Amino acid sequence: MTTPFYPRDPLRHPPALTPGYKTSVARSPRAPLIAIDPTLSELTGPSFGPGDIAPGDNDLLTNHARAGESPIGERIILHGAVRDENARPVPGTLVEIWQANAGGRYRHHRDGYLAPLDPNFGGCGRALTDAEGYFAFRTVKPGAYPWRNTPNSWRPAHVHLSLFGTGFAQRLITQCYFEGDPLIAHCAIAQTLPDPRGIEALTARLDLAATLPFDAIAWRFDIVLRGRRETPFENRP
Amino acid sequence: MRPLKETPSQTAGPYVHIGLMPGAAGVAGDAHELGHDIAGPDAEGPRIRIEGRVIDGTGTPVRDAVIEVWQANAAGIHAGPGATVEPGFRGWGRVATDPASGGFAIDTVKPGAVPGPGPGERMQAPHLSLWIVARGINLGLHTRLYFDDEPEANAADPVLSLIEWETRRATLIAARAPDNDALYRFDIRLQGADETVFFEV
Ligand SMILES: [Fe+3]
Repeated sequence: MTTPFYPRDPLRHPPALTPGYKTSVARSPRAPLIAIDPTLSELTGPSFGPGDIAPGDNDLLTNHARAGESPIGERIILHGAVRDENARPVPGTLVEIWQANAGGRYRHHRDGYLAPLDPNFGGCGRALTDAEGYFAFRTVKPGAYPWRNTPNSWRPAHVHLSLFGTGFAQRLITQCYFEGDPLIAHCAIAQTLPDPRGIEALTARLDLAATLPFDAIAWRFDIVLRGRRETPFENRP
Repeated sequence: MRPLKETPSQTAGPYVHIGLMPGAAGVAGDAHELGHDIAGPDAEGPRIRIEGRVIDGTGTPVRDAVIEVWQANAAGIHAGPGATVEPGFRGWGRVATDPASGGFAIDTVKPGAVPGPGPGERMQAPHLSLWIVARGINLGLHTRLYFDDEPEANAADPVLSLIEWETRRATLIAARAPDNDALYRFDIRLQGADETVFFEV
């Protein structure tokens, strides 16, 4: 696969410097990014297979729970399809997620929020997309949590996601919010996006059709990675 | 032309290690940690270590960053479908900056020269592709690491040559330790006078 990608749309992604999200101020490059012609170093990328994940890695209800126990919280299915900008499925790609527990607390040494840890919840999972680009996780709905931005900043409920695709230039980390959460409109990180349609794209939708009665509510979150141009690219050794 | 729009990026946040390096974060055992070995014991080529820090615009070390590495093997071939690389060479890995010092270390093999862009058949100098994410970084940053003991290859490199500000090219060149041929120093400066060159790839 040595076909170049479409350039990224700068209005789709947050700019580096977003003063409302204060941490970005000292961590944002100020010189413009230098656009380079695509080379094999960006057009290729790591690939993953079943050997990279363990059975059950996509089930956060059990993957760090004690035998016979499960985490506290609203049981959910978070699922969707990974496609590229050409609307083609991206099969066999690695999806990694991480999140706070139902109380809004992360299992991380830096998180000192007073909400308790859940002994049955690790908060991370992995899945490989199937032939149609589809992935699914079982987890609990994460809680909102406070963070040090303004004196009263709260993150809406969200799940962090990491995606690969087939080229290193497609590498993407993002966050998924939940439809109807009133905190989204007040979140300095969600609001780093220059176009409100971007926030729509980051909002999982209630998916009653996929909901498991008396078990778990389903939320649909489809993901789009950069697409490759139609014309192949000459790149001979 | 493009029926769908790319999903927007959001910062990896302060707890990125839980998702990408759950072993290092203490959430899981190391058994299934991904990205441990860029080049396993059977990989060919000279083994090297790169040490450095990620530094913000105030000069403070960034202690919560994750760096991903993607590179060719010693023969200049990237692993992947259709490519032939030796067993044990993956060419991809992850390191986190140290929560106390902000330092990182990358253990790998030195890559070979890689075919350049376009039909010009110009070779790219040996390099690592790096992708940096952290709290406060809204879109993962792509950069490259070259080696100061490859002056001729670097001078002919089609990507380095694209950097109009010649003085900034030096931000991409790792310095070999005076007393250790296998050790290089490479700091990543997110902002400021010596800001690292980042690429739109
Ligand atoms: Fe978070």
